[in-house]
This record gives sequence, C-alpha cells and structure tokens, in this order.
Amino acid sequence: MTSLLERIPMLRHASSYTVVAGLAIVWIVFEVLNDNYLSPRNLSNLLLQIAVLGTLAIGMVFVLVLGEIDLSVGAIAGVSAAVLAIFITQLLVPAWLAILVAIAAGAAIGLLQGLIITGAGIPSFILTLAGLLVWQGVQLALIGDNGQIPLRDPFIRSIASSYAVPAVGWVLAVVATIGFAGSRLLRRRRRLAHGLTTQSARSEVVTVAVVAVAVLAVTWILNSYFGIPWVFVLVLLLLLAGSVVMSSTTFGRHIIAIGGNKEAARRAGINVKGTTISVFVIISAIAALAGIIEASRQFSASNSLGGGTLQLNAIAAAVIGGTSLFGGRGKLYHALLGALVVGSVQNGLDLLGQPAAIKNIATGIILVIAVSIDAIGRRRRLARGASD
Amino acid sequence: MHVLNDEVHGRAFVPGRGPAIDLQHITKRYGGVTALSDVDFSVDAGEIVALVGDNGAGKSTLVKAISGTHRIDEGTILMDGEPVTISSPFDASALGIETVYQDLALCDNLDVIANLYLGREQKRKGSPFLDREEMESRAAGIIADLAAHIPILDKQVSALSGGQRQAIAVSRAALWGSRVVLLDEPTAALGAAQTAMVYSLVRKLKERGLAVVIISHNMADVFAVADRIEVLRLGRNAGTFLPGHDSSDDVVAAITGSRENAGKDK
Repeated sequence: MTSLLERIPMLRHASSYTVVAGLAIVWIVFEVLNDNYLSPRNLSNLLLQIAVLGTLAIGMVFVLVLGEIDLSVGAIAGVSAAVLAIFITQLLVPAWLAILVAIAAGAAIGLLQGLIITGAGIPSFILTLAGLLVWQGVQLALIGDNGQIPLRDPFIRSIASSYAVPAVGWVLAVVATIGFAGSRLLRRRRRLAHGLTTQSARSEVVTVAVVAVAVLAVTWILNSYFGIPWVFVLVLLLLLAGSVVMSSTTFGRHIIAIGGNKEAARRAGINVKGTTISVFVIISAIAALAGIIEASRQFSASNSLGGGTLQLNAIAAAVIGGTSLFGGRGKLYHALLGALVVGSVQNGLDLLGQPAAIKNIATGIILVIAVSIDAIGRRRRLARGASD
Repeated sequence: MHVLNDEVHGRAFVPGRGPAIDLQHITKRYGGVTALSDVDFSVDAGEIVALVGDNGAGKSTLVKAISGTHRIDEGTILMDGEPVTISSPFDASALGIETVYQDLALCDNLDVIANLYLGREQKRKGSPFLDREEMESRAAGIIADLAAHIPILDKQVSALSGGQRQAIAVSRAALWGSRVVLLDEPTAALGAAQTAMVYSLVRKLKERGLAVVIISHNMADVFAVADRIEVLRLGRNAGTFLPGHDSSDDVVAAITGSRENAGKDK
C-alpha cells in the first residue's frame, strides 16, 4: 500500500500526504453529517466556489516560494474587476479586449509594487499592506457611488457558470491522461539517452494508471451533474503553466534559489531584483484573472469584490497545501490542495447551516495546524545543520 | 580524467607565461584605514598557497580584491602575464576565478545538481527549458572525479552533512573556475574525517592545474595541504614559508609579529 502511494509523485512528500489525508477526513466527516456532501452536484459547486481562491493561491505560491508575501491580491482583483466592468459597460469595448486590459492593469500594479520593493528595499509585507489600502481606495473610486457595476455581457457571465458538455469532458480527460503519459515517456527516453537511472517500467505504468483512473473518475462524477466547469479547466491550465515555469525553466529555478538563500543566489549571478519584480507582476496578473472570475460569478464588479477574508484565505490555502511561509519550499499544486481543504470545510459548514463565524474559526484552526507542521519541519532541517 | 573547465570556458591552460594570478603592489584603503599596503601575492597554476594572518591582517580584503567584491586602489593584477581588471564578481567569474565562501553560499532547498549549476543553468537548445538530463550527467561526472562520496545527486542539500556540503561548494568552484579557486576557511566547521576529505579535494584541484588559495587560521590545515605559505600582518607581506622547511612556530611568529622579518624573503 505504501509503495503504491509513494509512486504517485504528489504523495512522495510527507506534507502533501498529510494534506491529502486531512482532506479525506474532512470529506468523510461532512459526508457522515450530510449525505448530500459528496454528491456530484455539491462537488461541482465546490469546484466553482474554489476557483477564485485557487487562482489567487496559485499566484501566492510563486511569491511565498520567492520568500516574499503579497497582501494586496484581493484589492488588485477588485481593481481589475472594476476596470473590466468600466471598459465593457462605459467604453463599450469587446469582452476579450476588456479582459486583456484588466489583466494588464493588474500586471502594471504588480510592476509598480515590485519596482518599489526592490528599488527602495522595503519588505514586501509592508509595501503590499500599503498597496492593499491604496488599491481598495482605487477600487471604491472606480466603482462609484452605486456600489457595483452590473455586467450583462454573455461571455463574461459564462466564464464561471458554464460547463463542458459530457462528450467534451471525456475528450479533455483523455487528452490530459495522454499528455501526462507522454511527458513521462519523454522524460524516461531522455534519461535513458543520457545513461541516467530511471524508475522501473512497471512503476511508470502504475503511476500513469493511477493518474488515469483519478482523472477519469473526476470526469465521470462531474459528467453525472452538468459536466466539467470550464472555470475549473481554466484553473488547471493555469496550474499546469505555472508548474512548468516553476520546475522547468531557469526563471522558476531562480525563484526557488532566491527563496532558499537570497545571498547565495545573488553571488551566483542570479538577477534577484529582476526575478522579484517579475514574480510580483505574475501574481498581480493572476490576481486580476481571479477578479475577472469573481466578477463573472457575481455578474457585476462591486466595491466588496476581493475584500473580506478572500485575501487571507488565499495565503492560508497556499500554506495549508504545503507551501512554506519561510520561502524556498512549495509547489504550485499546493495551491489547489489548500484551496480544496479550505473550500471543502466552508462548503460543508454551509451545508450544515453554520454561520460565517464558525467558518472563519474553522479555517483559522486549520491554518494554525498547517503552519505548525511547516515550522516543525523547518526546525528539524535546521537541527540537521542546514542553514536556511 | 576529463577536464570540464576547458569544455566550459573554451580555452586551455597555457603554461610558462608566469603565475596564474599575480598581484603586485596592491593597496586598498577603506576611508582613512589602509587595509592593504603594497602587498604582493602570486599563485602558479597547479600550486596551493595558504594565506594566513591574524584578524584584521588583510586576508579578507586581499581575497575580496581577487574575487571582485572590492576594487583595489593601487597595484596591478596579472593573469598568465596579462594585466586584468577585476571590478565585480562577474569579472572574476569571466576570468575563471571562483570563490568558495565560508558560508558556502548553497541553496539548502535545492538538490546537489541545482546547486552545482546555480546561476548557470543549462537550457535545451533554442528553448527556455532546463536541460535536466545534461546537467545531471555532467554533475555526475564532476562528482565522480572529485567527491565520489556524495551519495545521491537529486538529494536536497539540507539533508547532507557539513563535509558533504563543503564538497559540493568546492566541486562547484572546480566546475566553473578554470584558473583560480579561492577557499575561505574551508575546514572551520568540520571534523577530522571531513577535513581530510576536503584536503583530498583541494589536492585534486591542484592536479587539474588550478591555482588554489586557502585562507585559514588552522596551522594543521596549512601544513597539510599548502605548497607555500604567505603571511600577512597589518596589511603588509610578513613572510613566505615552505612546509617541510619552516616550522609552524616560524609561521605563528610571523603572524603575531613576535619575530620581525621572520622567514625567507621573496
């Protein structure tokens, strides 16, 4: 049993194993308390509910791995949603162009914040805290006195509420599985060509089989309701692109190096400032995307969009998923895992009719547990003589 | 043994053109304080020179001048007889000079391969993607040559012992430094077995034709590996000693200044 689990890449790390086990416990407990919890309908809703949180958390993993933090993503999402709404309803530009403008606005905010953080040497915690106030103010000013700008554009409204029809869902599932198997095969061929060690063919087949079963099972469950939500496909594509950047490019390697030992990275000739600025551009552009998704869910850009606990839940999700607050350690899929945990608990408490108070307390307690695991792991590494 | 350095830098070591690095009449001031005053220091290819001295003697300043961290105020630096300017760590790297810092400058959260290639990652041709296989197989080559006891290349550095971490830092310098490797207190935090391992690593750098400079407080270190010992005292040359010819008492006397003009003149 253990050997089978270890073959799934995601489970090879103890922290991810803990998170998956925790998620399983959450699901079992809520299913016992309410037998609608694991219904296809509720699982589909869960995916829609965590789309915004998961998107923000993906951006947050980039920043946390770099060893920085961004407290302004919620406000940036709000500003970008406002920009989207203004361009569509007042400037009457096409939806696709308004989306590009909104994401560019987010990226520009990130560029500004990154330039100040690296130029003036201000801790990102302080600068983005100031950014939170500034951008919330800008959001209020853009939205105006009505408190919201309604969005009637059918494409914008469909982003967070349309589903791939079952046939398309199956095609997506098969393509994803073949893509995964193909990438494993390519990697194996390259390693063999260089005379490097490879996993046994049998364990490769098991890995691919496990992933295939998981992908097809999720597709089957979602297809028995309305199908795979397109916004979930969008989040998965973002996750895939982010993971490739993080693990397979020099840029991603430099992010991890800076988060691990900034001074060593600098001495090794890595462009620390440029990398830091780029990461703040990326997280802000991703925050803008989250703002667009949320506007699509609400059918409007409001002055409360991106406010409340969303911002803090995004950091919580990244950390609960296994990303370290101390920098240098974290994977993009942690964002999705953490968002699933946070979303599952909140969804379950909603089903049981619990108030927001209980949801916040529960999320806070889970965060404390996750941060404790992170801190204990770090102390163990330090005790072994590592110098991070 | 294949020589990775030449593959990397595309040039071969040319013997018989003077020392690999030759610093002449070096002076460095910090404000009103003169840290180095008319210091001469040279290392031949394939030679291990120990640089010793008390705290504040100018060892670090001299090393920083070579590694490009600080610019010198007066004096000349020659490499293979040609004058060079070293005004940044980037310049030093481009000239084939690598420094192993006392804190090792490793990223503990990355694996051995990633640390060897830190800041110099190899990409697949015509793409922004890392060529992991190429890096792994070349890293395996250099580790097999220099430090065969590093067990698993894809292990995170945080899981390794102090001696293994030192070995990785030295291997990295050997991988990229084609001419001069500076080691700052390489055995300060190590036990006896690990120290011996670092000594053998340093001798392998010498066999590869590199000029090696070791900064150390430890007389045992110095007499175990160095071909020549240069003493600095109060920012000036305070004598040259040869292990096997001079005793550690002679060196200590020069370091502390208890016997002026000790040792033979250069």
